[in-house]
This record gives sequence, C-alpha cells and structure tokens, in this order.
Amino acid sequence: MTDPATEARLRPLIDIVTGLPHFRVLGLEMVDYTAGSATLRCPYRPELIGDPATGVIHGGVVTTLLDSVCGLACFLGLDEPQAIATLDLRIDYLKPALAGRPLLGFAELYRQTRSVAFLRGHAYQDDADDAVALCVATFMIGSVGFRPGGDGGVQP
Amino acid sequence: MTLYQRILALKAAGDLAGVSALIPYTGFIGLASELDADGLVCRLEARPGNMGNTVLRAVHGGVVGALLEHTALMQLLWESEVERLPKIVNLSIDYLRPALCDHDLLARASVVKQGRRVANVRVEAWQDDPERPVAAAHGHFILG
Repeated sequence: MTDPATEARLRPLIDIVTGLPHFRVLGLEMVDYTAGSATLRCPYRPELIGDPATGVIHGGVVTTLLDSVCGLACFLGLDEPQAIATLDLRIDYLKPALAGRPLLGFAELYRQTRSVAFLRGHAYQDDADDAVALCVATFMIGSVGFRPGGDGGVQP
Repeated sequence: MTLYQRILALKAAGDLAGVSALIPYTGFIGLASELDADGLVCRLEARPGNMGNTVLRAVHGGVVGALLEHTALMQLLWESEVERLPKIVNLSIDYLRPALCDHDLLARASVVKQGRRVANVRVEAWQDDPERPVAAAHGHFILG
C-alpha cells in the first residue's frame, strides 16, 4: 500500500475509475495499488461464462479486466494528472481461467514519454506467478478521455 | 452433447441467434449475431452498463475487445469446417475512435489465413459508417 500523502493524491483517481458503469456492472474490486501499478479482482459469476460446458469465463472478461487495470495503473502513475485513452492492447491467452474462482489482474506503468504511456500486466487466479494471460498496452496521454479531478471534464 | 456439437447443429439450421444464446456472457453485454448480404455481422447493443468512460460516454475498451473476439470466433465457426471449438491464442486491439454508448456497435471479421492448426483473423468494428472504424484487431486461434 502507500503512504498517507500518496494515498490522499491517488484516492480521488481511484474513485473515478472504480465508479465507471462497466467497472461496477462487472463487479471489479480494488485489491492493491501504488503510484504506477494496480491489482483488481473480478469475482466469478455465471453470467460471465463463455463456455457453458466447462464454466470457463469468456475471453472478453479477461480483456476487460486487463484493459481496466492497465488504465488504472496508467492513471495512478502519471507524473501529473492528465487525460488518457487506450491506443492499443495486446493479450496472450496462456491458458483458460479455472471455473468458479475469481480472476485477478495486475498492471504496471513502466515507461512514460510526453505523449505515450507503456504498460504491461497479467491475469492470474491463485498464484501471481502462474499467469492465465499476459498483456502489453499503450495509452495516449493528454488526449480526450478521462481527466483526473472532480469534474472529470473533457480536455480539448 | 458438447458446446461444439450444439453449435454445429445450430449452424446447420442457420440459427445464429441460437449460437449466441449458448454463451451466457453474450447476454451480459448484449452481443448478437446476424447475417446480411456481405456475411456475418455481430452487434453490441447500446447499453449504459457497458460504459467505460463517462466523459465521452464511450463503451469500455474491454467490451469492445470482447465484441472483436466474439466476432472473430463466430466468423471462424461460420466459414470454416473446424473440428473443435477454436481456442484464442492472442488478440491485438487498436483503438481508433471512441465507441459511443448510445449507438449500437457492429463488427465484421475475415479469416486472413487458415492453416491446419492455426487461423489468423482480422476484425473491424464501427458505428454509423464502416469506412470509419472505431476499433480493429487481429488474432490467432488454435483449431485442432
């Protein structure tokens, strides 16, 4: 976790992201964060199943978890609060997620230039070293998108 | 009957809606498939619950990704004589424009190459104008 000053700076950003409609619909839960990384949990639910024969969740849930956690880690890691927008997201699906268990997603911001943020992450279940999926993502910084701050206004 | 056998039976009957209905997650985000003169099209219905950006009122990027993945899989099932349900290996998504939450999102896929074991599929999603895609993806699926 983070020191009180960092916590006070990051908390409003976390509240923006965790309040987004699809974040809530999917039931994503905040597990951990730093200024530049985040871990989210997606609880298992029958509505998320992609293969009814096995009960395995749909790949789209993995994609949504990873897109969410990459966006959140990016948001928390920027030098100063700015709008962000996903430029691209690439995912390797290493193995199916096991039915009946929550899926966790971790991402970290590992490089930031003036206009682009580079992130990497993974999804896992019981063991963070035994990934279900890996991802890399890039975000445009300062584009029209989320802007941290109470109004959540659009940048021109 | 396995999921794949049920899909084959529905495919033989031309029942695309039936194929989507087998997959609970398609109902969760509002995904459906239809056929038009150019082939298979998947449709993500406009829903406030799919919103991932309240400023732009845009669909969550992960849900856009889910539409693209589902469309690629449905295209493979539809046009290919595969023996099992294809398994996704990877997906690379480019986000080109915001996908607005108050309009349906459509997607169409094409199989670029199908080998014996792996297929490469490209997908594009758009809202009002197919010439102005909001997202594009390519992915690989294991067939055998």
